[in-house]
Amino acid sequence: MPTFDLSISSLRELNTALHQVEEGNNDIHFDILNPRGHHAVAVGIAAHLTVDIKGSVGYYCAGMNDGADIVIHGSAGPGVAENIMSGTVVVEGDASQYAGATGHGGLLVIRGNASSRCGISMKGLDIVVQGNIGHMSAFMAQAGNLVVLGNAGDALGDSIYEARLFVRGRVESLGSDCVEKEMRAEHHEIVADLLRRAGISNVDTAEFRRYGSARKLYNFHVDNADAY
Amino acid sequence: MSYVNPPTPPRKSATFDDATLAEIRRAAATGIYDIRGGGTKRKMPNFDDLLFLGASMSRYPLEGYREKCETNVVLGTRYAKKPIKLKIPITIAGMSFGSLSAPAKEALGRGATLAGTSTTTGDGGMTDEERAHSQTLVYQYLPSRYGMNPRDLRRADAIEVVIGQGAKPGGGGMLLGQKISDRVAEMRTLPKGIDQRSACRHPDWTGPDDLEIKIIELREITDWEKPIYVKVGGARPYYDTALAVKSGADVIVIDGMQGGTAATQDVFIEHVGLPTLACIRPAVKALQDLGMHRKVQLIVSGGIRSGADVAKALALGADAVSIGTAALVALGDNDPQWEEEYRKLGTTAGAYDDWHEGKDPAGITTQDPLLAARLDPISGGRRLANYLAVMTLEAQTIARACGKSHLHNLEPEDICALTLEAAAMAQVPLAGTSWFPGKGTF
Repeated sequence: MPTFDLSISSLRELNTALHQVEEGNNDIHFDILNPRGHHAVAVGIAAHLTVDIKGSVGYYCAGMNDGADIVIHGSAGPGVAENIMSGTVVVEGDASQYAGATGHGGLLVIRGNASSRCGISMKGLDIVVQGNIGHMSAFMAQAGNLVVLGNAGDALGDSIYEARLFVRGRVESLGSDCVEKEMRAEHHEIVADLLRRAGISNVDTAEFRRYGSARKLYNFHVDNADAY
Repeated sequence: MSYVNPPTPPRKSATFDDATLAEIRRAAATGIYDIRGGGTKRKMPNFDDLLFLGASMSRYPLEGYREKCETNVVLGTRYAKKPIKLKIPITIAGMSFGSLSAPAKEALGRGATLAGTSTTTGDGGMTDEERAHSQTLVYQYLPSRYGMNPRDLRRADAIEVVIGQGAKPGGGGMLLGQKISDRVAEMRTLPKGIDQRSACRHPDWTGPDDLEIKIIELREITDWEKPIYVKVGGARPYYDTALAVKSGADVIVIDGMQGGTAATQDVFIEHVGLPTLACIRPAVKALQDLGMHRKVQLIVSGGIRSGADVAKALALGADAVSIGTAALVALGDNDPQWEEEYRKLGTTAGAYDDWHEGKDPAGITTQDPLLAARLDPISGGRRLANYLAVMTLEAQTIARACGKSHLHNLEPEDICALTLEAAAMAQVPLAGTSWFPGKGTF
C-alpha cells in the first residue's frame, strides 16, 4: 500500500504516482498523511484507486476525479471534487465553497456542512450533505441530484436547469426559477438509493421536499426580464 | 409685399441618426435588446492609424527575396514541460462548436495545421473532429465548463483559462435555442432548444489569488506539461496582465473590443471594452515592469485583418496575434456569392451578423445540417491556410523593410501614428514629430 507523507513528499510526487498506476496493478490503495491544508491533493486521478487522506485539505482536493474512491478524514477547502467525472469522494468533516462544482458524475458525500455554492453548475454529479448547505447552492445546476439532510441557505437553485434538489430541513429562500415540486415515487427511490450509497440509515425519505426548475427562463421572454 | 421662404433641404439629426431611430423603433416593437454576433462596428482608433517608417539612412533593410525573416514563435516557456512551437505568430482564436458548425471547426483545424499554427476550442467542449484535424489545439477552460473533462484536458496541447473576451468583457456566453441541436445539447448537458446562458464568472474561484491555486490544480492534473494561457477582454490591460502573471500564467491573451462573439447584446459589444490598439502597450509595460516580457508571452486579438496588423501588434510588443472573425471570412462568411439569401434575411453580404439565429447562408455559424453541408472543410481549410500564408508574407515584407530578421525584432521605434488618438494609445510619435500625448511637453 503506497503511503505518501506530505510533510516529506511533494505534491508533485504524490499526484505523479496517482497518475501512473497502470491497469492490472493490484496495489491501488493509497494513504496520504499530513495533508495539512495542501491544495490540489489527489487531483486528476483516472483509475479505480482507493485513497485515504488522513487530515484536512485545501482547495480542489479530488478535482476532476474519474474513477477513484477518495475519503478525506478531515475537512475540505473550496472546490472539493470539482468537475468530478466518476467515483466517490467522502468528506468526513465540513466542506468549503463550491463543493462538487460542475461535477459530471460520481458521488460526493459530505458528513458535515457545506458552505455556499455547493453543487454550483453541477452536470450529473450526485451530492449528499448530512449537515447544512450555504447560500446560492445549485446555482445553474444542470443535472444530477443534491440531497441535503439539514437546511439550505438563500437562493437555492437559482437559474436551475434539470438538476433535482432534495432538502430535509428548512430552505431560507429559493432562487430565480426554482420551485418546490411534488415528491413522486421515483424521487423517493432516488433519495433512498443515494442515502444508502452514502451509508446513511434510519432516515425517512418522506421527510424530504423536492425543488427544481420551473422552466420559465429557458427561453427569453420580456415579461420575465426582472428575473434574469 | 409677399414673402416666400426659399426651400431648404430636410436635415436629419446627428444625434438621432437613421440607425438610432431604427433601433428605437425596433426596441419599442419587441421589448428586447438587440442580439447579434461579431465585434464592434463603430469607427475607433486602430492599426490603420499607424504607419511603419521603413529603412532609411539610419536603418539597413533586408533583401526581400533573399534574406531570411523568421516567423516562428514558442508559447509557454515559463512553466510548461511542453511549450507550443508554431511556425507563424498568427493563431486561431477560440470559437465554440455550437456557435460554429462541426465542418467549420474542422476547417479551422485543417487550415491552422497546414499553416503550422494552433486553433482553439470554445464554450461547449472539444469535438473529435477538431482534435483530429488540429495538430496544435488549445482547450478553453471557461466559466460554464460545458463539456469540460480531464480526458480532453490531457489531449489538448495547451489550456486557455478564459476570464473574458473583448466583445463583452464582464459578460458570459449566449447560445440561443435555435442552435442547441441534439449534439450541442448533449455536449453541454442542457435540454435541447433552450436559450443557453453561460456564466460570466468561474464557478469555483474568485480573483487572482484563487486563480493561482486553480492554475496549480490544472498543472497537477496535466503533470505540468501544458502551457496555460489566461485570456482577458480589453479592460484594464496593465493590471489584468500583472495579475495574470502573478497567477502563474505562461501566456496572456488580450482581446480588444473589435474581437467578435457568437452572440451578445449589441449594447455590450458597442459600449464595453477597450480598442485593441489601447491594450497592447499597457500589457507590455506590465510585463516589462515585472521582468517578464518575452518570458510570459503576449497574444493580442481583436480586429486583426492583415499582415500589416500582425506586424504592428508585434512591433508594439506582442509575441503573437489571434484571429477569429477574419478566419471565418476566409472560410466564406459574408461572401457575396450568398447575396440573394442574405437579402431574404433582411441584410447584405458584409453586414450579416445574426449568427445566433443559425440561418447562416455560408453554413458556418449554424447547426442546420443542410446549411452546414455548404462548407467543405477541406477547401475551407485550404482557404484559411492561404490567407494565413498571405498575412505572414505581408508581415515579413514589412519587417524586412524595417531591417528585421525576425518578426519579433520589430519595435515601437519602427512605427509612427497618423492621429493623436493612435499616438496616445500606441505610445508612438505622431507622424513627423518625436512626440506623443503623455510624453513630455508639446
